[in-house]
Amino acid sequence: MTLYEWFIAALLVIGGLFTLIGALGMVKLPDLYTRLHAPTKATTMGIGCILLASMLMRLDRNEGFGIQELVISLFLFITAPVSAYMIAKAAMHLRVPLQPGSDPHRLLEKARDQQPPQ
Amino acid sequence: MNKALLPMPIHTAVLLLTWLLLNDFSIGHLLLGSLLAVLIPWLVAPLSDPQAPVRKPGKALVYALIVLWDILRSNIEVAILVMRPNRSLRPALLALPLDIQGDLPQALLASTISLTPGTVSMDFSEDRRWLYIHALHVTDEQALLRSIKERYEAPLKEIFAC
Repeated sequence: MTLYEWFIAALLVIGGLFTLIGALGMVKLPDLYTRLHAPTKATTMGIGCILLASMLMRLDRNEGFGIQELVISLFLFITAPVSAYMIAKAAMHLRVPLQPGSDPHRLLEKARDQQPPQ
Repeated sequence: MNKALLPMPIHTAVLLLTWLLLNDFSIGHLLLGSLLAVLIPWLVAPLSDPQAPVRKPGKALVYALIVLWDILRSNIEVAILVMRPNRSLRPALLALPLDIQGDLPQALLASTISLTPGTVSMDFSEDRRWLYIHALHVTDEQALLRSIKERYEAPLKEIFAC
């Protein structure tokens, strides 16, 4: 294995690790709102690493520049915050409780009614 | 350029280019791509709202790089937080006072917040002067709000001059 291939392998392992941690976060974090953080972040990074590895592999094999991978990561970065926002909004309207202690100023009521905090 | 025929010339160019890059170049794909690149903008142009124009493209590029770097950082931070026991987490709901106005700058700010260190945007207040944010782990609320304002809101304000 060349150094280049080791690098690609390392990217795949890092990508897999981050995706795994993201999935783990979905299972173990205490409430819906904290669980939102795992898929919007850890997973973006994981898939980013895997796509980068794929692009480098194609370059190495002279199969051209990986425009598909670029398009996938672009769509991922555009859709991840929007879906997180929609899920958070839906959760607020369904009155999904926050973990105790994480809303000392009672902002959830205000946020649900789209009122200013004061 | 004819406004009625090509309502969104930049979109047309980008669509055609993407089509040709995604498929192998051939006369057939050039024709099909051109057809789609003219038809799609023609279909969606009536749906688009006028948005604040980008005043400083150079600053926008720097902003994109900063955000990309922060995404990298935030991924590692969140991964570490996820691996730690739940009881050491201090999640919090925060209200961020907004200085920037306009749909596009605010949407960009909200998306940036969702993609970067331990924060997810939840909702705007009706008057669009407050943004509610959920943070995974907060030790100093004021410091977090201040850093968001300095790091993301101030450059966006400059880019759109709003």
